[in-house]
Amino acid sequence: MDFPVLSYLIFIPLIGAVFLLFLPKDKFGLIRWTSAFFSFVPMVLSFWLTYDYFFNFSQTADFYYMEGPLSWISLLNANYFLGVDGISVPMLFLTGLLSFISIVASFNIAVRVKEYFIFFLLLETGMMGVFCALDFFLFYVFWEVMLVPMYFLIGIWGGPRKEYAAIKFFLYTLFGSIFMLVAILVLYFSSDPHTLNILELIQTAPGFLTHGLQLFCFVFFFIAFAIKVPVWPFHTWLPDAHVQAPTAVSVILAGVLLKMGTYGMLRISWPMLPEATRYFAIPIAILGLIGIIYGALVSMAQTDLKKLVAYSSVSHMGYCMLSLGAFSSVTAITGCMFQMVSHGLITGALFLLVGVLYDRAHTREIAAFGGLGAKLPIYTGLMVLFSMASLGLPGMSGFVSEFMVFIGAFGSGIPHFQLITALAVLGVVLTAGYMLRMVQRMLLGEFNKEKWGGLTEINTRELIIVSPLALLTIAIGFFPAPLSDLMEATITNLVQLMAR
Amino acid sequence: METFDYNLKLIIPEMFLFVWALVVIVFDISSKRRNSDSVGYLTMAGLAITAVLLYNFHGGISFNNMFSSDILALFFKVIFLGSAFMAVGSSFGLASDKIKNHRGEYYGLILFSTVGMMFLSSSNELISLYVGLELTTIPLFVLAAFYKDKKTSVEAGMKYLIVGAFSSAVLLYGLSLLYGFTGTTDLTMIKINLSLLFLSAGKIGPGLILAIVMIIAGISFKLALVPFHMWAPDVYQGAPTPITAFLSVGSKAAGVVAFARIFVHGLIAFVDPVMKPLDWGIIVAVMAAAAMVVGNITALRQHNIKRMLAYSSIAQVGYLMIGMVAVSELGIASVGFYMFMYLFANMGAFAVATIFEDKTGSSSISSYKGLSKSAPALSACMAIFLLSLTGIPPLGGFAAKYIVFAAGIQAGYYWLVILGLLTSVVALYYYANVIKTMYFSDGNSDLKINIHPAARLVLVIGVIGVIIFGIYPEPILNFAMESAALFALP
Repeated sequence: MDFPVLSYLIFIPLIGAVFLLFLPKDKFGLIRWTSAFFSFVPMVLSFWLTYDYFFNFSQTADFYYMEGPLSWISLLNANYFLGVDGISVPMLFLTGLLSFISIVASFNIAVRVKEYFIFFLLLETGMMGVFCALDFFLFYVFWEVMLVPMYFLIGIWGGPRKEYAAIKFFLYTLFGSIFMLVAILVLYFSSDPHTLNILELIQTAPGFLTHGLQLFCFVFFFIAFAIKVPVWPFHTWLPDAHVQAPTAVSVILAGVLLKMGTYGMLRISWPMLPEATRYFAIPIAILGLIGIIYGALVSMAQTDLKKLVAYSSVSHMGYCMLSLGAFSSVTAITGCMFQMVSHGLITGALFLLVGVLYDRAHTREIAAFGGLGAKLPIYTGLMVLFSMASLGLPGMSGFVSEFMVFIGAFGSGIPHFQLITALAVLGVVLTAGYMLRMVQRMLLGEFNKEKWGGLTEINTRELIIVSPLALLTIAIGFFPAPLSDLMEATITNLVQLMAR
Repeated sequence: METFDYNLKLIIPEMFLFVWALVVIVFDISSKRRNSDSVGYLTMAGLAITAVLLYNFHGGISFNNMFSSDILALFFKVIFLGSAFMAVGSSFGLASDKIKNHRGEYYGLILFSTVGMMFLSSSNELISLYVGLELTTIPLFVLAAFYKDKKTSVEAGMKYLIVGAFSSAVLLYGLSLLYGFTGTTDLTMIKINLSLLFLSAGKIGPGLILAIVMIIAGISFKLALVPFHMWAPDVYQGAPTPITAFLSVGSKAAGVVAFARIFVHGLIAFVDPVMKPLDWGIIVAVMAAAAMVVGNITALRQHNIKRMLAYSSIAQVGYLMIGMVAVSELGIASVGFYMFMYLFANMGAFAVATIFEDKTGSSSISSYKGLSKSAPALSACMAIFLLSLTGIPPLGGFAAKYIVFAAGIQAGYYWLVILGLLTSVVALYYYANVIKTMYFSDGNSDLKINIHPAARLVLVIGVIGVIIFGIYPEPILNFAMESAALFALP
């Protein structure tokens, strides 16, 4: 490849961050537009990448736009090695889009503006890197690099309990990562010749690992990824981080960071350790089931709108885990990818909308509002749209993904999966329960004119950043074929790898 | 013994630095102690010239195998010079206010101690090793007590003197036992004689075990490895901050190289699988584990930044010893590399603490509140150093930890590596606590901190070292691998 598009995707935000360092810190407008520019370029590149991949390469399961392997630390056999296939392209698309949207959504940040955007761009570099890296060392570096800007973003610009939320997020994820590091080192020293090349290890690892070591590595990888997803019972950092984080950071957390967990499973532990995947299929599906039901029940009990959306993430990522348990079904894995994309779009949008309301009303108590539809028709329309998408109304992306997950998991032929899937369908009802109740209490009913008479409608900037998410949600709902075609060859290959 | 070979060319750097220390003292006295900065710059220049001399005059053995100017010694000498350079660079504020009447001696003693470290790292023989160790520590006793009018500083000096003398005696006793059983003080000969002893007798007696235990205890005192760490926090807190930094990097590196020379070279025979129950590796692994646990957990409760860094440095030595007990080429290289990255991060963190203390007179963590607003560059440096100490990529500390843990896994010390990783999560909490205090809380925002150019240089070296060698560790790693190759390990 002559044009190293992946390197550009990763390093343009970094260059932007360095560039921002040299801008005067009181020129807010300049800083905002500069950072918007440095996230706009990777977004366009990620769109182009998706387009190019779809039309030229999506027929095969190979990796494209490869760069490297270039020797980086020869003693450790660490290489600079990038490449993408059908499961990383949608993630890069999502990252590019949501990063730009979040940066524009952050234009209302008024304190320590320069630092904020520097950290945000560093975060984008880390996220892009994770989805491109094909070398374990590189993957791990990007995986960890993100924690620091995230820590600062929550800790400096967060809500009242920001310090607690920030350190909890940092500790929790670092705790997970260290297990991944052990697993990586075990894989490295078990392979002969020693390698950190993920593609090579996917081919050879099932051959050289004993049953016990496979289970060991699987469990260690699983802890790292499960904390990121987050899978019940590793989810407790999520409500704190989500609720305390500033709006745009919540969007990135829900839209991209959570996906890194499921992406890691699909990219690394599932194909590399197929025996262990089969061994743990049922426990994983059960964890997914618990997540779906538990997340939904806890959402029901929330009085804070942002917390409700945060717990709904636990529930929605549960669908991903359920489908990941059904490793033998192409439909289920496709459903998982659909759920990742659609959850990123829908929850991202919901967090943006929560932020819009919070900026005006300075409260997120559901009970404080009522009848907003009368005063804020456009806002209400969008809120209803995304709530419906979240509960899986046909015609929206949420429906497509959940449907695929259920069909795939039910028909996967793994024992007990029919029962587990049947129970998981309950989650849809519960989701409808809390989403509709929220819509009813906040948007419908009587409007409190004295208290909220001064609320203003969603402004143009906010509308512009939410509408692409709305369009994509509906587009995927009606025409899921392009997205599934893009991933089909890769996922078919993955399922074959897992059947080894 | 045919001829005694004097290849003086090999010790030119050491001789130069020794003379330079005298020059510094004389210069300060003859200039009537008026030029506070120029004495410091003179010291730094001397260290830089020594580095150049080192580059030109190394490689070879002299004084009948007592002095080996090999690549391992070279590697560690760079660390010693670096830590002395950074300690001197961050001392300028101190020298102009608090120790005006003795600044020549202050700088001179740092240089003497550095000369001791350099001799120590080159010694291939028990007696010169011991002498090097004493030359390293005796100036440090004085330096720790340099604030004569401060109770804590005098206490630090006193404590360090007593513990230091005691541990030296223990070490010396162990060394003499070793000499008694092997009939030689030459480490290479010890290695050969011990192997022969095994071959003929098939086992070793309790006397040798006692020797090993005493040597481990003696060196562990110097390294502040648990359970021989009790002196460290008080000494670290009381001593002038740049000296604390020098103690925690330079003198630890000296202990590490002494350990490597004695155990990984001289007593390597004990690592043989046949000797497994007597393997010193297991004792040291347990001590390393204890250091990581005790150091990190105690650091959690500290409110004083110097004490916090003291406990954290106990834990850091624990991590580093994982590489040592791995007893492989990768392991020894990882120890060297770890020390190198630790040099930048820890000297840097202490430099920030010094600058802050010079200005505010406080070293409690809570006084760092809101520092990111009043001194953004200083706080950013501190954050980078602390994150590197935690081991967050792409900073140097991460590469170092990764390699140490890799060596541990390779050697099959799974439990030790997992423990190390778990405790590094604990470490994140107290390092991040300082970052939190600087960045997330509001504080005295009209605090003005002017950083002396020399201290600025130290910070720049630290930050650049941590970032550049974190992203591209190849040159230092290759250097470390070359020096580890000396031991001819698997």
